[in-house]
Amino acid sequence: MIALVDYGAGNLTSVRKVLGAVGAAVYTPPGPEDLARADAVIVPGVGHFESTRTLGQAWRHAILEQLDRGRPLLGICVGLQWLFEGSTEAPGVTGFGVCRGLCDRLPDIEPVGGVRQKVPHMGWDTLSFPRPSRLFADVAPGSYVYYAHSFAAPLARPTVATSSYGVEFTAGVEDGLVSGLQFHPELSGKVGLQVLRNWVGGVR
Amino acid sequence: MLARRIIACLDVRDGQVVKGVQFEGLRAAGDPAELARRYDAEGIDEVVILDVTATLEARQARAQTIRAVSRELFLPLCVGGGIRTEDDAAAAIDAGADKVSLNSAALADPALLTRLAGRYGSQAVVVAIDAKRQGDEWIAYTRSGSASSAREVVGWAREAAAHGAGEILLTSMDRDGTKSGFDCELTAAVSDAVSIPVIASGGAGSFEHFAEVFVTGHADAALAASIFHFNTHGVAELKQFLRTRAIPVRT
Repeated sequence: MIALVDYGAGNLTSVRKVLGAVGAAVYTPPGPEDLARADAVIVPGVGHFESTRTLGQAWRHAILEQLDRGRPLLGICVGLQWLFEGSTEAPGVTGFGVCRGLCDRLPDIEPVGGVRQKVPHMGWDTLSFPRPSRLFADVAPGSYVYYAHSFAAPLARPTVATSSYGVEFTAGVEDGLVSGLQFHPELSGKVGLQVLRNWVGGVR
Repeated sequence: MLARRIIACLDVRDGQVVKGVQFEGLRAAGDPAELARRYDAEGIDEVVILDVTATLEARQARAQTIRAVSRELFLPLCVGGGIRTEDDAAAAIDAGADKVSLNSAALADPALLTRLAGRYGSQAVVVAIDAKRQGDEWIAYTRSGSASSAREVVGWAREAAAHGAGEILLTSMDRDGTKSGFDCELTAAVSDAVSIPVIASGGAGSFEHFAEVFVTGHADAALAASIFHFNTHGVAELKQFLRTRAIPVRT
């Protein structure tokens, strides 16, 4: 069973639906103590980094314990940002910190060319892969995925996928048991299904 | 590069897709789940369900339609029409909507947008504006286009964004159903005034109209209904055409 952590950051109906479509059984742990029976953990999330404040010491501890037991962790959207040390969006909130760096707001103006661009970065954009990964196996470079975010994670050592919106940012991370996706795989059509299938394939 | 989105609108009444001309004279177009499946296969980027006659008693039927459409769709699904309260929004979202679109209720109580954005995130909150030209400005209409709100459209769009709306679905009532092209002047005026995406709607009649509204109208997305429903033009062909005009679209 995969634990889908519901910490009140948005709607999880589509995430549940897509996990069902790739054959994963999902439950929502009412509290950190209910993570013990999870084969893997997903931290989803939309909106403000502030919402991850709910993921306090008890949750962190429970998630770390699961990692120690060899259970994979996947962060989605704000869940990916939470894997980093923090975000300028909510300076008082500490991230999980398994990836180095701070998330920051996307630029309103393209640094090269000076063209005004809208923030949020919302809609379909393309992926690039600096190196091969299990997460993006069988996904072609240039594939489109669906984004809805104003803040993004910097490039880091575990970055395995990037997209560009004024700046290049981390679209996906993979570091041992830890994975993360800035885009919404549940809304990204066939590409999203493939990425989740790849991740679920690594869960036993 | 961020793609310009092509969105199919399903105007639903009593569980069936209908399409009106300037909001009147509805004509049947088919089963919503079947249409959504076809659009998905053709490469549509997003689907909007607009329950044009949503009433209290129609709410359960609507949840059923949303469930049927969302079941096999792994793309953003937006639901609008008759969403007046947080409970209405919650019912649509629980049934499978990723976004809800509000019109009259947002005009009456803009703080509702803030509450919904706080609960679901701004990306889930769409403000639908039905705009009608009056002199040298546009006025927002409510109740399926039957009543003037007396609000000037560009100012209202800015206010809605400030209240937490994540997108604007902008319909030109003057162009809706006419197939004479999107109102590029209206779309550009709103799109240039806000930093959230603007979806242009109303008037799509040819592929050229989509190119125009992306280039001249600065639209982030374009929505159409009948041009797709009646198989006049396929989504795949439209995207191929836009690519020849160097407009980025999802492949």
